[in-house]
Amino acid sequence: MSAPAATSTQPLVRIEAVHKHFGELQVLRGVDLEVAQGEVVCLLGPSGSGKSTLLRCINHIEAISAGRIQVGDEVIGYRQRGDRLHELSPRAIAVQRRTIGMVFQRFNLFPHRTVVQNVADGPILVRREPRAAAEQRATELLDRVGLAEKRDAYPRQLSGGQQQRVAIARALAMEPKLMLFDEPTSALDPELVGEVLDVMKDLARTGLTMIVVTHEIGFAREMADRVAFLDGGSIVELGPPGEVLVNPRQARTRAFLSRVL
Amino acid sequence: MTAAPEAGRQLVVVPRRHVGRWVAAAVLLLLLAWLGGAFANADIDWPTVRHYLGAGPLLRGLLITIALTLVAMLVGIVLGTAVGVMRLSRNPVTAAVAWGYVWVFRGTPVYLQLLVWFNLALIFPYLTIPGITTARTVDLITPFAAASLGLGINQGAYTSEVVRGGIQSVDEGQTEAAHAIGMTNWMTLRKVVLPQAMRVILPPIGNEFIGMVKTTSLASAIGVTEILNEAQSIYIVNNRIMELLIVCGIWYLAAVSVLSIAQFYLERHFARGSSSRALPPTPLQRLRGLFAKVGTGAAR
Repeated sequence: MSAPAATSTQPLVRIEAVHKHFGELQVLRGVDLEVAQGEVVCLLGPSGSGKSTLLRCINHIEAISAGRIQVGDEVIGYRQRGDRLHELSPRAIAVQRRTIGMVFQRFNLFPHRTVVQNVADGPILVRREPRAAAEQRATELLDRVGLAEKRDAYPRQLSGGQQQRVAIARALAMEPKLMLFDEPTSALDPELVGEVLDVMKDLARTGLTMIVVTHEIGFAREMADRVAFLDGGSIVELGPPGEVLVNPRQARTRAFLSRVL
Repeated sequence: MTAAPEAGRQLVVVPRRHVGRWVAAAVLLLLLAWLGGAFANADIDWPTVRHYLGAGPLLRGLLITIALTLVAMLVGIVLGTAVGVMRLSRNPVTAAVAWGYVWVFRGTPVYLQLLVWFNLALIFPYLTIPGITTARTVDLITPFAAASLGLGINQGAYTSEVVRGGIQSVDEGQTEAAHAIGMTNWMTLRKVVLPQAMRVILPPIGNEFIGMVKTTSLASAIGVTEILNEAQSIYIVNNRIMELLIVCGIWYLAAVSVLSIAQFYLERHFARGSSSRALPPTPLQRLRGLFAKVGTGAAR
């Protein structure tokens, strides 16, 4: 805040030459990407292009094979000594993940906990906040995603769209500086997609930094500051949606867009 | 449409007659009557049964049976949970040790294991806590201690498999979601994975608990004076064999019934959120509802 010039030159997320392979299978082949504070970046691409894997590497749910990912001042998952990266303890990685929110394709709400408990568990268990205060704030967050009246329901009693909105509230409860969305609307019935996208648009307008893996080209066009098109484990094309989605330079991007539009 | 006879007339549905059910019920009732008659005419002195139901030695034996069951299951569940988690460890040595434990203790008779624990002094004559104390094994390993160890460690081998299955039944996305909000591995296991695994773990554990009530009778082989052992020492003297066995049976049934009720409520507790419908009412709630209905009916 004190040095706005510095924050604008220092990106929040810095992905450098990231490789990832599962055994023989090469999923990411040298990805570079910088995301500025407050920016919304959408990752597009055919299935198997590595976009979800890249997202999962950012909070070390998936460990990278080579390269470096930095969020804020911290290298995620590793301690850098000279030119070597030493993997951190699980506990230290857990601390790093507290300020990186994640929303999953299949919601992954805790089915044995009520809606309000799902949202308040993180603050209570991880940040050791007093229960009353955490549940109070959880209720406020639920109100923000339009589900205050469902606070005492169990996840299985909600529609997919409602569950995903609770999942977003759960991630927000940890006051993240970065939000990762892994195909947040892909498991939803078509008529429920809109309510989730609306919540995400609200978040984007508050200036939250967001990286979104999605097939919703409309959302990318409307909300993204930049769009990255991945294919074969690397970023093929990167730029404002007005360029990448309207006048793609790469043949592969054009082919993909002609199939999904 | 024209074929429909006399439109508007109600057609009566005649339920199918289940002759087979009547026959089966009659045969079963006959068998039960015969069995009841056999018991009534047999040389069983029912006043003796009633007398020994409250007899001191048998009640003391029952207490030991219950205590042994609780201690052995406690050992079994704690050990089983630890070993079940170890089986899933990414450390190959940890996983292999857990596998070996299950292999040995599930692969040999529990009777044999009880005898080994009872005779532990043959391998380890002295037990030492370094720097604190040393004791002779024969003094420490009483029959009750040997039985607790033997039954508990054997139970742990079975329970670990149940726990492993339960943990594996929980979707991997749950672990990812817990990690994503910054939970540590231990917290994820305790707060997210195990509570959900309980739904799968509890029914077989309940079964094993009930099994343990009865398996404790094996401990009489190494001199634990549990209920069956006490009954035997009595009928050797007075020759009222069937009477004393019936008394034991009644007490076993009573203990198992109490456990079954506890299991019902525990399973209900861990079923929270597992279905989109509300849980069915408990028998007590149903009874209360019935009284409420009768009450309002009478008031009208």
